[in-house]
Amino acid sequence: MNLFKIARRNITVKPLNTILSLVLLAFGVGIISLLIVVENRLQDQFDRNIKDIDLVLGAKGSPLQLILANVYHIDVPTGNISRREAERIMKHPYIESGIPLAYGDNYAMHRIVGTTHAYHEHYEVELTEGVLFDAPYTATIGAAVAQTTGLKIGDTFYSAHGLKDATDVHADHAFTVVGIYAESGSVIDQLILTPMESVWGVHVEEAEERGENPEDEITAVLLKKKNALAIVTLPNLLRETNMQIALPSIEINRLQTNFGIGMQTLRAIALLIMAISFVSVFISLYTSLRDRRYELALMRTMGASRFTLFALILLEGMLLTLAGIAVGLATSRVGLLLLGDMVKDKFRYEIADMALLEGEYLLMIITIFVGVLASLLPAIAAVRIDISKTLADG
Amino acid sequence: MLRTSQLRFRYDGGPSFEFPDVVCDSRQHLLLLGESGTGKTTLLHLLAGMLKPTGGKVEVDGQDLTKLSGKALDRFRGARIGVVFQTAHFVQSLTVEDNLLLPQFLAGKPVNKARAAELLRRMNLEHKLKQSPRALSIGEQQRVAIARALINEPAIVLADEPTSALDDKNAAQVIALLEEQAALTGAALVIVTHDQRLKDRFANRVTL
Repeated sequence: MNLFKIARRNITVKPLNTILSLVLLAFGVGIISLLIVVENRLQDQFDRNIKDIDLVLGAKGSPLQLILANVYHIDVPTGNISRREAERIMKHPYIESGIPLAYGDNYAMHRIVGTTHAYHEHYEVELTEGVLFDAPYTATIGAAVAQTTGLKIGDTFYSAHGLKDATDVHADHAFTVVGIYAESGSVIDQLILTPMESVWGVHVEEAEERGENPEDEITAVLLKKKNALAIVTLPNLLRETNMQIALPSIEINRLQTNFGIGMQTLRAIALLIMAISFVSVFISLYTSLRDRRYELALMRTMGASRFTLFALILLEGMLLTLAGIAVGLATSRVGLLLLGDMVKDKFRYEIADMALLEGEYLLMIITIFVGVLASLLPAIAAVRIDISKTLADG
Repeated sequence: MLRTSQLRFRYDGGPSFEFPDVVCDSRQHLLLLGESGTGKTTLLHLLAGMLKPTGGKVEVDGQDLTKLSGKALDRFRGARIGVVFQTAHFVQSLTVEDNLLLPQFLAGKPVNKARAAELLRRMNLEHKLKQSPRALSIGEQQRVAIARALINEPAIVLADEPTSALDDKNAAQVIALLEEQAALTGAALVIVTHDQRLKDRFANRVTL
């Protein structure tokens, strides 16, 4: 027998009275927690993949698409650019270095990207097994690719045309897995890297049909600037070409501003639900208090002090709040698992991390604090119960 | 034991009462008789320290209740005074057993399940230990209420119309149990009532 037991029994004896408060609370906490986690993970991913890429050089089109396609590999590229012209830009005195990318094929939804070793070196990705790609048709695969496809060192696979489906397989050129990268949390986890020659080789026939040399074309170049003037000078140089440069930081910022409105609306709705849930906690405690006035006065005749009753009602409010937080966080994690699968399929991002974030601890503290506030008035009403009058009125 | 002197009480903007001095020793019984409006319940609440008198003294077990206040009064009430009301009320969310353990916990005494079981056995209700008080008949509820009033071995047991809601058979049973168990615990028993059925049973009577 202790106060905790009495409070627990009081809450659970008539579950209908408390279930609404609990559901509302859990819903509010769940949504906010989910928002915090998703925002945090996306931010993390965005930041990690931008990592010192100042500019992206690619075909004209939507600059945002150029960034999403070439930095994050979640959109289709804007087109191909001339390799010769791209190399000219890479050698520009305002540019320090560039990582060329050439791609257009996939294996099991993972992009096969022709590039140089500078690509993984930039993201500081290490090997776990095997060696780095070197000769044409050798491939070093990302950690997530190895995991989902089950490809091992020495395995061979055929690339399929396009970035998503596997209907049009280039069956004449088999790739051989020579190495597997360690997991890095960067976009490389999701990619199959190979020398540019492999990508060109696969497309030799198509290009020849069009009377082109495939080695003349690449998809994009990730650039690191030497001089900030590159940002103003390069667009002028590119005016007469089919190329453009885009700034990842600016495009992502723009994306998040648009994205942000949706997030803010969701957050406002969640806060509203939280507010309603606290009103509901308050009403549920208050009505239960009114029904139990006699009981509480009776407890006073048995030796309970005013403070005992105060603590009891506060404890009941606290139990409700804590249960709401627990159910809410659990819901958010289940939602995260579901959402995580979806995001992984669509954007190849890992967001399902079960650990609690700093923002969620803050959410818990605020929720507990407001829970105390909602219980305070009923608790004070319990303190003010007049034993004699309550008992005499029966 | 219980002793009052020159006890007076006045409700805010309401009636005022002056009560005759009463004395009741351990294992003794005292019947306070009075019609409605004579301040019976007021007197009982004064004796239990639930109301503060306008004047006079209430002594329970040598302690003047009017000198205690706040938490000390609550503690004293819980430990030394047992109250039985006209209709038995319980903490509905708890079992019969937990309702009996509640006064021990609230009075700050060690929780003694054996004593709860023993008292319930004496009330012939040991099989109701784990049930909800709502599952009991009115007579059974009043017997549990008596057990609850006695569990902390109080110096006095105050009963407010303990039989008026009961039929003759249950009333006789409850009053007999009350007398017997109060004596067994060594408590003074004070019954406030207008129930004529109890009048002839007690020699020590005060009419308000």
